[in-house]
Amino acid sequence: MSAIGVDDIERLIGVEQYEEEGGFPVEQGYIWTTCASVENGNPLFWDEQVAERVTGGPIAPPTMVSVWFRPHHWAPGRATQGLPLQIHFDLKEGLGLPEAVMSDNTIVFHEPVRPGDRLVTRQILRSVSDEKTTKLGTGRFWVIDVVYRNQRGDLVAVESYTGFGYRRGVAPGGSEATS
Amino acid sequence: MTAATGDRRLLGDVAVGDELPPLSYPVTATTVVLGALAARDWRPMHHDKDFAVERNGTRDIFLNTPNQAAWFERFVTDWTGPYGRLQRMTFRMLGSIFPGDTMVFGGAVTGTGVDDQGCGWVALDISVSVDGDAKTTCSARVALPVAADDNPWERRGDRWKP
Repeated sequence: MSAIGVDDIERLIGVEQYEEEGGFPVEQGYIWTTCASVENGNPLFWDEQVAERVTGGPIAPPTMVSVWFRPHHWAPGRATQGLPLQIHFDLKEGLGLPEAVMSDNTIVFHEPVRPGDRLVTRQILRSVSDEKTTKLGTGRFWVIDVVYRNQRGDLVAVESYTGFGYRRGVAPGGSEATS
Repeated sequence: MTAATGDRRLLGDVAVGDELPPLSYPVTATTVVLGALAARDWRPMHHDKDFAVERNGTRDIFLNTPNQAAWFERFVTDWTGPYGRLQRMTFRMLGSIFPGDTMVFGGAVTGTGVDDQGCGWVALDISVSVDGDAKTTCSARVALPVAADDNPWERRGDRWKP
C-alpha cells in the first residue's frame, strides 16, 4: 500500500497491482443472506434440482462477485483493517483528496462463481483526470478495474469503478469514501 | 414467459420497448443494514446514522452500491427466469436511498440481438426511483435462450462474449 501522487500516475496506468486471494471460499450462507436481503427468489439459488439442470450445480448470484474478497472487519494478528479497492485509497492519500464518492461502475460477467471457489483479484488503474470542480468540491475522477479469476484461472468478472476524490469547499470532515 | 417454455423467457418473446413489471419496495433501516452486511460492507455510513449525518452529510444511513446491484439483478431475473444470464451491468449513482423511502424499480428493453456465436441478448435501461426521482440508473445486457432447447449458462470460453 503506497500513496499515488501526481508523478506516479503515468507509470501505474495499466499495471496490475494488489493481487489478493479472497479470505474465505465462496459459501452458501452468504448467498442466501444476500438473496434474502433483496427477496430474490430465483430458483437457481434455492432449488438444487433447478441449479443442476440450468447451471450444472449451485452458483452464486453474479452481482455478488465483489463480496468474496471484502476482508473480515477484524482478524487475529492484523494491525490495520485491509481496504478493498486499495488503489482508490492510495489515490486519495497521494493526491491529498480526503473525500471521495463512487459515481458509477460496470460489471462484466464471465464464468459463474460456485460455492467452494476461491477468487483472486487484481486491481488496475485505468485513468486519472485533470482537476475538475463539481458541486461536491474540487478533485479528480479516476477509473479502476478489478479483475476476478477463480482458483482454476478462469476469468470470472471485470469490474470498472469510476471514483471522484475531492476537497470540500469547507473544511474537510473526514477520510471515508462513500459508496 | 410463454406457457410452452415454462420458466424460460425466450429472445423471441421480447421486443424493443417492452417494459419490465415494476417493483416497489418500502426501505427500512433493516433493509439498509441487512444489505450492507450481506455484501460484507462494514463501513459505518451504512449502519450508523450519526456517522452518516455528521461525516457524509446525508440525512440517514443509505443503501450501499453492491446491494443495489443485487436488487437490480433480482429485478432483471424476476423477468427473465433462471435461464436469463447477466452479461454486463453499468450503474450510475445519482442520489441516495434512505430508510423511509419507497424505491420503485422500472425498466424497458432498448435492444435485442444475437451475437456471432449464436447467443441471444437483450439490452435494458432500468432505474430505481424514489418519489419519481431516479436514484440509480442501470444499463444491463442479459443473455436469453434463442430456442426452448438453448441455455446461455452452457456457454464457456469463446462462446461467451458478454
